[in-house]
Amino acid sequence: MFGRLTLEAIPYHEPIIMGAVGGATLGVLALLALLAYFGKLPYLWKEWLTSVDHKRIGVMYIILALVMLLRGFSDALMMRAQQVVALAPSEGFLPPSHYDQVFTAHGIIMLIFVAMPFMFGLLNIVVPLQIGARDMAFPFLNSVSLWLTTTGAALVMVSLGVGEFSKAGWTGYPPLTGLAYSPGVGVDYWIWSLQISGIGTLLTAVNFIVTILRMRAPGMTLMRMPIFTWTALSTNVLVLFAFPVLTVTVTLLSLDRYLGMHFFTNDLGGNMMMYLNLFWIWGHPEVYILALPALGVLSEVVATFSGKRLFGYTSMVYATVAITVLSFSVWLHHFFTMGAGPNVNAAFGIATMIIALPTGAKVFNWLFTLYRGRVRLTAPIFWTIGFIITFCIGGMTGVLLSVPAADFVLHNSLFLVAHFHNMVIPTLFGYLAGFAYWFPKAFGFKLDERLGKCAFGCWFVGFYLAFLPLYALGFMGMTRRLGHYDNPAWQPYLAVAAIGAVVILAGVAFQLAQLFFGIINRNKNLDLSGDPWNGRTLEWSTSSPPPIYNFAVLPVVQDIDAFTDMKQRGLAYRRPEKYDSIHMPKNSAVGVLIGGLSFVFGFAMVWYIWWLALLSLVGVVVTLIRRSFDQDTDYTIAAEEVERIENQRFAQLAAAGVKS
Amino acid sequence: MKKNNFPRLAVLLSVLLGGCSDFALLNPSGAVGQEQKNIILTALGLMSLVVVPVIVLTLVFAWRYRASNKKAAYAPNWAHSTKIEIVVWLIPAIIIVILGALVLKSSHKLDPYRPLDSAVKPIVIEAVSLDWKWLFIYPQQQVATVNQLVFPANVPVEFRITSVNVMNSFFIPQLGSQIYAMPGMRTQLHLIADAPGSYDGISSNYSGRGFSDMKFKAIAASQVDFNSWLDKVKRSTVKLDLARYKELEAPSDKNPVAYFSSIKPGLFGCILHQYMPADAKTQACEEN
Repeated sequence: MFGRLTLEAIPYHEPIIMGAVGGATLGVLALLALLAYFGKLPYLWKEWLTSVDHKRIGVMYIILALVMLLRGFSDALMMRAQQVVALAPSEGFLPPSHYDQVFTAHGIIMLIFVAMPFMFGLLNIVVPLQIGARDMAFPFLNSVSLWLTTTGAALVMVSLGVGEFSKAGWTGYPPLTGLAYSPGVGVDYWIWSLQISGIGTLLTAVNFIVTILRMRAPGMTLMRMPIFTWTALSTNVLVLFAFPVLTVTVTLLSLDRYLGMHFFTNDLGGNMMMYLNLFWIWGHPEVYILALPALGVLSEVVATFSGKRLFGYTSMVYATVAITVLSFSVWLHHFFTMGAGPNVNAAFGIATMIIALPTGAKVFNWLFTLYRGRVRLTAPIFWTIGFIITFCIGGMTGVLLSVPAADFVLHNSLFLVAHFHNMVIPTLFGYLAGFAYWFPKAFGFKLDERLGKCAFGCWFVGFYLAFLPLYALGFMGMTRRLGHYDNPAWQPYLAVAAIGAVVILAGVAFQLAQLFFGIINRNKNLDLSGDPWNGRTLEWSTSSPPPIYNFAVLPVVQDIDAFTDMKQRGLAYRRPEKYDSIHMPKNSAVGVLIGGLSFVFGFAMVWYIWWLALLSLVGVVVTLIRRSFDQDTDYTIAAEEVERIENQRFAQLAAAGVKS
Repeated sequence: MKKNNFPRLAVLLSVLLGGCSDFALLNPSGAVGQEQKNIILTALGLMSLVVVPVIVLTLVFAWRYRASNKKAAYAPNWAHSTKIEIVVWLIPAIIIVILGALVLKSSHKLDPYRPLDSAVKPIVIEAVSLDWKWLFIYPQQQVATVNQLVFPANVPVEFRITSVNVMNSFFIPQLGSQIYAMPGMRTQLHLIADAPGSYDGISSNYSGRGFSDMKFKAIAASQVDFNSWLDKVKRSTVKLDLARYKELEAPSDKNPVAYFSSIKPGLFGCILHQYMPADAKTQACEEN
């Protein structure tokens, strides 16, 4: 009846795990109770969970990312603490069965359930506004994507309390992930959380590509598109090509595990190196999927806060596209030590280095945007400068690793771990710059600058404290994923790294404090003009937060910096002669329903509860068919209503002292 | 590209990073590791030529052109300069070309499969990763050990590597390159130690529960010491026949060092071909 699932699946005997499960469950229950007490549950359901509005979906993506960041970061703290104390004869406080889950979950959570939703959150909030569109091309699909991503995250969370998570590393290399060597449910949780969220990601990519290509405001040619939108387009093209590879690869692994096939097993012609190749054909572009939008954020932030046009727009566009194309040509550098011949290794090494060129050009273009600007040293600029410094160092160690002969001694060492954190954490800096930059747009008030800078300071210093020692440890021959060790020379470095993690924790705390006090003091920091930073692109031309339809009248674009151009020509706040009624999509609970059914499907597959898996899968299909026959999916906002909302906006503008 | 192209930088980096003997990769004890150390320092030096100025300029520009500094020039519409574009694409491109040449040359020279340039005839050692220990077979001497690798210093060692079940990576950091150990596949690695000494050997590819303890001592001995060690191994009462090997295959953590005075002939081939169809498997096991 319940497949492999019995009461023994709950790890009662692990106090750390039960503490985490209890804490998380209590937190969720407390939040729900609070919402119920204030009578906000219907509001939450009607206005948020079932929303198809890209801005709200974006906010929910970022909330998911922040929640999962807390989980992924707890994992990081546990690993750092474990490695400080686990010098022989001590084996630390985490036995291998737990420690191995911790580093696996940390990787998957940080990449797939923090970085990806954070990135898609920013894209969702900003891209339609930046191109002057009223919503995404497929608003309902957008909701489905969000809930499929959330489902994946929920599966990872549930694995904490019911069963276990994978112990085979986030990359899931077979044959270790095969049934023979990982018979438990951990790898299956890993498989289904990746598969279900991966489908959500792929659907989102289709959505963004169509939105950007088909729904730009009149006059916005491709070469007038803001750089952030360019990076969004490139990233989603990458998703469109890369994610199906992941889906297929993980499906093949599932076939090995569920149906006894032999794609990646040792026997009967299986080959684990085929998995490695396929995995990294997704995995390397994935890095650029995350990085490109961060580069896009920086381009917007640097230009806005320098009060200056972005330097070298055209070369920025070509650099973005070049990175997109090249990112598919380097996957083998993840396993030079496989024993391929020197020419193969050299080819992939050189291809990797070539990516440094467009990436470097981008950095130089930011540099020359600062040059002769009037740089306002705000929190987003702090994040940007932190990004440039850190990303340059990470790029340098990355190019070093792309030299196969050097990689032979650095591969899989803590040097490698330091390197990829040295790329991914500045990427997060980029997102946080975007978070601070667009927060007033999404919510209508600014966040506290000082707390933001404190958060930056802690993240920046904490990063170097946490990861410079790891570079050193790589040179000392310490490999990654060690639960315990016997070399006393490593311990001081690991202690410094742990201190660094604590400093980053302070950064996270400042971030949360900034959010908390920002909300408390919101009335003091209201953004009435909709343009708090003297912005250059279309998102700043509408109110903060924007009305549901974003733009009462679609803007006409004549320049790359469309809004700056409008302001200069005195057209920015002109009242239109008349308003038309606006056609908008209706909210729908179907996205949540599909997410819920997918969760049941994933859970049932993990535990071999076949009847339930079949039932929920049929449920998803039937729901989709029913939805496709639903004609009542949209509504019209009457012209008078639009006029009423816009009059409020003009009253606000007058209050802010903006001439219209 | 040799390190003497950038001697000062290389020396400086050596002092900064290698002052302490704990840094295995910066205190290599063999020709392969030495070469790799030079490559790492050269590449880092070359890249610093771009990276350091960029970092400095970022800070300088952000500070000099801060909004409160009204004395600085302000050019809100200046957004293009062909000269600057050429420089920012060309200079890094030149460095990449130099590094690319370094990659091509060093990939061949340090190809783990390439026998080392040495007048001395190499010793062959077959390394097998098991859950979670290393088995070293000396086919020429017909002995085997677990978790201890002894070989003569100044003699090239030709490793043939495979795994019994899951992937590992065979790595002695102070001697140089690592290479994956993969089931059903044989990889090769050539290393040499310039001086007698005891070096840490590890698996550097995560392989499950006992991975953290999957380490061994790699001892480079003088020829005399090596010979007497060999005699000691040969005096061991334990022989590595098929039955004993099957016992060894069972997963174990922190396996103590073990010596086997004789081996089943062709054992490495047997392990390598265990996943082949039955015919090829038997043939491989009976060949020797």
